[in-house]
Amino acid sequence: MRAAWRAEWAKLLTGRAAPAVPLGLAVLLTAGGVALGRDSVDPVQLRLLGVRLGQAAVAAAGVQLLAGEYGSGLIRTSLLAVPRRLDLLAAKAALLTAFVAPAAGLAVGVAVIGLPPGGALARAAVASVVYLILVGLLGLGVAAVVRNSATAVGIVLALLYLMPMVLRMLPDPDWQRVLYRLTPATAVQALTTSTAGPVALPLSPAAALGVVAAWAAGALALGAFVLHRRDA
Amino acid sequence: MIWRAEWLKFRTVRGWMFGAAAAVLIVVALGVLAATSVTMSCMDGTHEVDCPAPPTDSAGRSVADKFTFVHRALDGDGSITARVGGLDGTITYPPPDHDEIVRGVVPWAKAGLMVKDGTEPGADYAAVMVTGSHGVRMQSGFTRDRAAVPGREAWLRLTRQGDEITGDVSADGAAWQRIETVRLDGLPATVQIGLFVTSPNGMTVEENPQGGHAVAARWTQATAQFSQVSPAGGWTESLVGYSDYRTTWEQAHPPGHTETGGVITVAGAGEIGIDSENGLAVERVLTGVFAGLLPLIVVAVLCGTAEFRHRMIRTTLAAMPRPVRVSVAKAGVVGVVSLLAGLVAVAVTLPVASRMLRANAVVVLAVSWPTMLRIALGTALLLSLAGVLAYGVGALLRRAVPAVVAVTALLLAPPILAVTSVLPPDVGTWLLRLTPGAAFAIQQSVAAYPQLSRPQTVADGYFPLPPWAGLAVLALWALAAVAAATWRLRRSPA
Repeated sequence: MRAAWRAEWAKLLTGRAAPAVPLGLAVLLTAGGVALGRDSVDPVQLRLLGVRLGQAAVAAAGVQLLAGEYGSGLIRTSLLAVPRRLDLLAAKAALLTAFVAPAAGLAVGVAVIGLPPGGALARAAVASVVYLILVGLLGLGVAAVVRNSATAVGIVLALLYLMPMVLRMLPDPDWQRVLYRLTPATAVQALTTSTAGPVALPLSPAAALGVVAAWAAGALALGAFVLHRRDA
Repeated sequence: MIWRAEWLKFRTVRGWMFGAAAAVLIVVALGVLAATSVTMSCMDGTHEVDCPAPPTDSAGRSVADKFTFVHRALDGDGSITARVGGLDGTITYPPPDHDEIVRGVVPWAKAGLMVKDGTEPGADYAAVMVTGSHGVRMQSGFTRDRAAVPGREAWLRLTRQGDEITGDVSADGAAWQRIETVRLDGLPATVQIGLFVTSPNGMTVEENPQGGHAVAARWTQATAQFSQVSPAGGWTESLVGYSDYRTTWEQAHPPGHTETGGVITVAGAGEIGIDSENGLAVERVLTGVFAGLLPLIVVAVLCGTAEFRHRMIRTTLAAMPRPVRVSVAKAGVVGVVSLLAGLVAVAVTLPVASRMLRANAVVVLAVSWPTMLRIALGTALLLSLAGVLAYGVGALLRRAVPAVVAVTALLLAPPILAVTSVLPPDVGTWLLRLTPGAAFAIQQSVAAYPQLSRPQTVADGYFPLPPWAGLAVLALWALAAVAAATWRLRRSPA
């Protein structure tokens, strides 16, 4: 397991894609926070709007980490070196977390600079970082299932951005309400706001994190299953 | 030759054809879903009825046309002159406390003179008027609006000469100032000319934390006094566009007119203008385009990146050593395939979904046929240009994942963010002017008009650019992306 982790680390550092991602994320978040930091009904949500943009970069990193190897054929070498496939996936997941967490933490921190500190703000900031990590893992899981990088990224982006819009067209309003609360887009809205209250929000922050975690876990579990059963 | 080769390459990749077909299916399926999910019901007095369709104007657009009209017939050319003043009225439960009924007029309450092709709602008209707080204006054709002088009292004159209607304003009834002359084509020899008063609902607008505005409408009424009217006498009263049912408000404040000592007092409530509230905008059934674009973007990006990954580009350039032609042919194939996908999607979705909506007794706001054509063709062009943009970005970056993310962020994210978040309106406005997402303006059936009192910002779904200008922004982006990709292909082929 340690060998797998170190091998992944080496691949990441020598590749050119991955380091660009946290950088891009940091720029997006910071720019969003500073440029948009004006008066609003909900300044925290406005500052953290960068989370909603930056999540695309993080998801792409998660996808690229695995689907990139399928694209170049490197995956066969990787699996030859680490024959226990779940170890490979676990190493990648751990690495992604270790990579995204500090970058997201720093970027979110800069984005909310200058806002009056408080429990709501701290909660929103921490939740944003956790959310971004989970989105990365979601990307990794989807990549393990579909293997083609462009398709995987398309699916993840659809999940992140388009689901609420599609659900709004469902005929049954009860189903609509239930499913609407299960989308990552609703969750990120609930997570990055400081106006607490069940009236304004369709989800409590804890439930929102649960929703996103369930998506990421589901994708990873399916990915692990497929990776385990299928030829590379 | 090169075109056929590129088409062959596209056609034989199964995933690509599948992606293009998926785009069509998604647009159609979501359009049908949207059509089945909408229901509408209205109250007529105390019982529930199917909603009545709003009246349509001579161009076929749904309009609001409700006012009190005190009129007489005018044969051939002629004019009407009156002194309009004493604008007053009732506003129910205004902000901030919403707890009382006050005397006053809303900013767009209107009182003045009108020439109209009969008294049917939707008939052509031209009018000069004083307004609650927007001064003296001349309006015609439900969308045209021209400001003259400030003030809530004025001498007004409206003159018909052939198809031309001229409005004049004066402070004293002696020195007249021309506002403008408008043409009403096909006006019959006999028209109705007279005095009108109307007052749109008061709007309580609250910013919605999830984006957009929450609007509550409150009934208002305006009254105005017309004196020294010439020609004098012979007036008929028509309540244009009123339903037969009178609400409690209207029973207490009935619309109509009274005449005492040469002063005619007219009371009315309603709105004259384009209607965007009493029905579903037709482009709503094309919302699936957002989701359908994603598989199209993925396929188009892969068209741009695939040959670089497999080094196939060397073979291609060996067979056709002119990179510009190769690039143009590839972009062309992607553009044509996306255009066809868009045409099929629109040609199926629009008629099927509209039919289903009608079957559900949902009122779809009527648009003129050029507008309908623009929405249909424009949506297909939007898909086509989006495909070309995605191809260009893919061929420029030569890597699929960043390209898909970049195109999605540029094309799909701005309209979604502008409508469903707390983005400040000016930021949203600039996003939808500068990014390729501006192209979704091509689907807008009802434009924003400043003379209507409801909020019409980006967050409420009104695009800042006119339809074709928005599409042109996307076209420029697509052109720039393909040009940059071609430039890179010439410099470093593989």
